[in-house]
Amino acid sequence: MVEVTLIEASRRAALQEMRRDERVWVLGEDVARGGLWGQYKDFLGEFGEQRVVSTPISESTIMGAGLGSALVGMRPIIEMRIFDFVMCAMDELVNQIAKIRYMFGGQAKPAVVVRMPHGMWRNSAAQHSQMLEAWFAHLPGVIVVTPSTAEDAAGLLVQAIRSDDPVLFFDPKDLFGVPGNIADPIEPIPFGVARRAAEGDAATVVSWSAAMPVATKGCEMLAAEGIKVDLLDLRTIWPWDEAAVIASVKKTGRLLVVHEAVEVAGFGAEIVATVVDRLGPANIKAVKRLAAPRIPIPFSPPLEAEVRVTPEKVVGAVKRLIA
Amino acid sequence: MSDPGDNLRRLTDLYRTMTRIRAFEETALEAHKAGEIPGPLHVSIGQEAVAAGVCANLRIDDRITSNHRGHGHAIAKGAEPKRMMLELFGRQGGYCRGKGGSMHIADFSVGMLGANGVVAGGIPIAVGAAQGLKMQGSDAIATCMFGDGAINRGPFLEGLNWAVLYKLPVLFVCEDNGVAAFTRAESVTAGPGVIDRAKALGVAAITVDGNNAMSVDDAAAAAVAAVRRGDGPHLLHVRTYRITGHTSTDAAAWRPAEEVTEARSRDPIARLGAVLAERGVGPTELGKMIEDAKAEMAAARSEANAAPWPAAGIAYEDVQDTGAVAWSKSH
Repeated sequence: MVEVTLIEASRRAALQEMRRDERVWVLGEDVARGGLWGQYKDFLGEFGEQRVVSTPISESTIMGAGLGSALVGMRPIIEMRIFDFVMCAMDELVNQIAKIRYMFGGQAKPAVVVRMPHGMWRNSAAQHSQMLEAWFAHLPGVIVVTPSTAEDAAGLLVQAIRSDDPVLFFDPKDLFGVPGNIADPIEPIPFGVARRAAEGDAATVVSWSAAMPVATKGCEMLAAEGIKVDLLDLRTIWPWDEAAVIASVKKTGRLLVVHEAVEVAGFGAEIVATVVDRLGPANIKAVKRLAAPRIPIPFSPPLEAEVRVTPEKVVGAVKRLIA
Repeated sequence: MSDPGDNLRRLTDLYRTMTRIRAFEETALEAHKAGEIPGPLHVSIGQEAVAAGVCANLRIDDRITSNHRGHGHAIAKGAEPKRMMLELFGRQGGYCRGKGGSMHIADFSVGMLGANGVVAGGIPIAVGAAQGLKMQGSDAIATCMFGDGAINRGPFLEGLNWAVLYKLPVLFVCEDNGVAAFTRAESVTAGPGVIDRAKALGVAAITVDGNNAMSVDDAAAAAVAAVRRGDGPHLLHVRTYRITGHTSTDAAAWRPAEEVTEARSRDPIARLGAVLAERGVGPTELGKMIEDAKAEMAAARSEANAAPWPAAGIAYEDVQDTGAVAWSKSH
């Protein structure tokens, strides 16, 4: 085991897989220089300019060329630099990558990984801060990965690169410096298996990505007051670990979903609706979502802070839930 | 092609391919009119020389991407009309298991990476296929068929720029039928057009008479050879004419009748037929090729009409491996 930051853990995961499988290549802006976040540092020297391709700022073609290479047997890591730029490649992602296997009757499995560093980070304002993972959970044909720890970022990235399904990998920008312990070799972590971060009977708290450490801190504050909750990190929101969440809510009767994305039509709505549907309202005492208001992410620190979920808000929400 | 016998055989093959494409689409139009084919149907009647002339120069391991008007590209690349027709009908046995239809014919076994319902959608895919082939050390190439409307979309600029940067083995074919859906392409395209745009990015580009199968064949032969030997991307601007409307239900009545009549006089099949006749191919032989093509497509239509519909459960297959069927169905 070695202690590294989340971004270094994911760098080592990609490095391991590129050594393991020469069909894996990475394309995106500045990747030959190590990538915007250092997630491909030293890749160029080891793998050369055919497999580590710094591209023009041409998001449609970064996405579409990655797909085209997959159709002839390559396994691209498509780097979007910052999630928000994927809007320039939505045809290639939504109409092409997500559809091509189905639309052609299974003739092709587009084994692509699309990496999209997302979320609020150092006051980057409305076009560099979004969390729109729920959009993609709504899109048939793709996997949606939303890790919050170094261990999960590494293991899920290995799984993503080995997957024959297209995987949308949401790197959590704000957590890149968070340390964790990773093994060598890095073992894949299966999609759709939640991680239990705390155990208790008072309520079930579900979270993922950058909101997860916030939820964790809130739950620690609650524990200090003697309120113990089940805390689940979904790790992937499609597929999501329905069974684990339902089993927990069956026990606690109370559910809080915490995410950084906008609350309206966020993935929390899907979780709450599913749980109520499966368990029946009679078996549930209370449900609640804690997420962002439906406003763009503002720039100024106090304004941005207004949008964020906080440990204090988690404490308040759980207390209202169990009142 | 120095041997006159070889040359005659090649022209005969081009003629046969074109008559098969024409017969396929005329049969499909009739079937659509009769209510046998659901959904939109975009035919390329009048444009057959483009598909035939370009694909005659491709190997089976060369890849192509195509657009919404792609039946001809698929047939010329080697796809089976019978399985295409089954797909158009939405029946079992079609190329895409009833999930694609006319706009999404693909046959990966012959290098046909799919027709695309989004204008210019195939350009980045072809560029990436070429990049993958280059990484693999293959001498196969990718060819990208798109229309005049596609040159006004961003992926055209991005894809050509990209292909030059990485010196990729890709042939761009702009199949210019003069009309983007219901709008004359020239009325929505600034500047001198596709050739100048390509040259500005350093892509070798020439214009070809797309209603002359021999011209297309010759130009494609030279371009494919250059692309295959590693000279980087090339572009063919192939000028043709769409005799029919945008879709099977569009009469394209906005066009002056004389314009269509004039275009019919340049019908690429009749033109190549005249050349073959001059070189001694008799009317019986030419007629037989047309009749054979019609019979093949009529049989495909009958078979498609008789074929069973796909079972409803097939709707849940081919989505993705992870989770498989369980979570794609609502409970």
